[in-house]
Amino acid sequence: MERIPILKIGRLLLVSIQVDMHDRLAIALQDDLTERIALTGANGVIIDISALEMVDSFIGRMLSNIAGMSKLLGADTVVAGMRPSVAITLVELGLSLKGVRTALSLERAIELLGIADPESEPADGAQD
Amino acid sequence: MAPKTDRIPLLTSEDIVNVRQMVRSIAVELGFSLVDQTKFVTAASEIARNTVIYGGGGWASIEIIAREGRKGLRVTFEDQGPGIADIDQALKDGFTTGSGLGLGLGGAKRLVNDFNIESKPGLGTRITIARWKS
Repeated sequence: MERIPILKIGRLLLVSIQVDMHDRLAIALQDDLTERIALTGANGVIIDISALEMVDSFIGRMLSNIAGMSKLLGADTVVAGMRPSVAITLVELGLSLKGVRTALSLERAIELLGIADPESEPADGAQD
Repeated sequence: MAPKTDRIPLLTSEDIVNVRQMVRSIAVELGFSLVDQTKFVTAASEIARNTVIYGGGGWASIEIIAREGRKGLRVTFEDQGPGIADIDQALKDGFTTGSGLGLGLGGAKRLVNDFNIESKPGLGTRITIARWKS
């Protein structure tokens, strides 16, 4: 069965969803990601959804589940790159993605997780 | 394209993806704005899942409609499942008899211009959604 790839960069796991996911694929991603967090001891997860043209209640629930499960495993999740049309639709649908941190872009998500930007000056690049 | 598609089967979660992609491509063809496309495709996805999960599978058909010079898109979802006993309750946010969040029907209704549901317990459900080009 097809799978969404999960990339590991240091203690960060990065997922970029590039396909219109069917429900079983979304569930597989949820399972794979929690397994990888436990296996790698990752403390941050970024899910890039900039390629997603829609997020319905099922995919929204999957994003909330991932955020909740990774929190329990000691990792913070940021959902990055939601399209404005998707955000408008989600609110009208009644789905607020409670508990899910979001960022406009991948760069912002990395900042939010407090991972040092390699291009920043060491003096002002001090992070906790 | 023809004004109305054939019946598109809705049995699996891949079929839900297929229906929403067909709806999107026709919405694009009709010149729907990006937000309107997204709203309508999302509504179609919610109802399609409802057909697969609660209706035990069924089919969808997509048609282009016109009224007073305006064009729109209508999708009909039909199943021969158990039907919905209390439609008003099913449209309330938070109501679900399955594993969903219960946002499906009520949420989808807010994303479309016209929403119609007919259901007979034991015989099945037919849900029609439409959105007009703004």
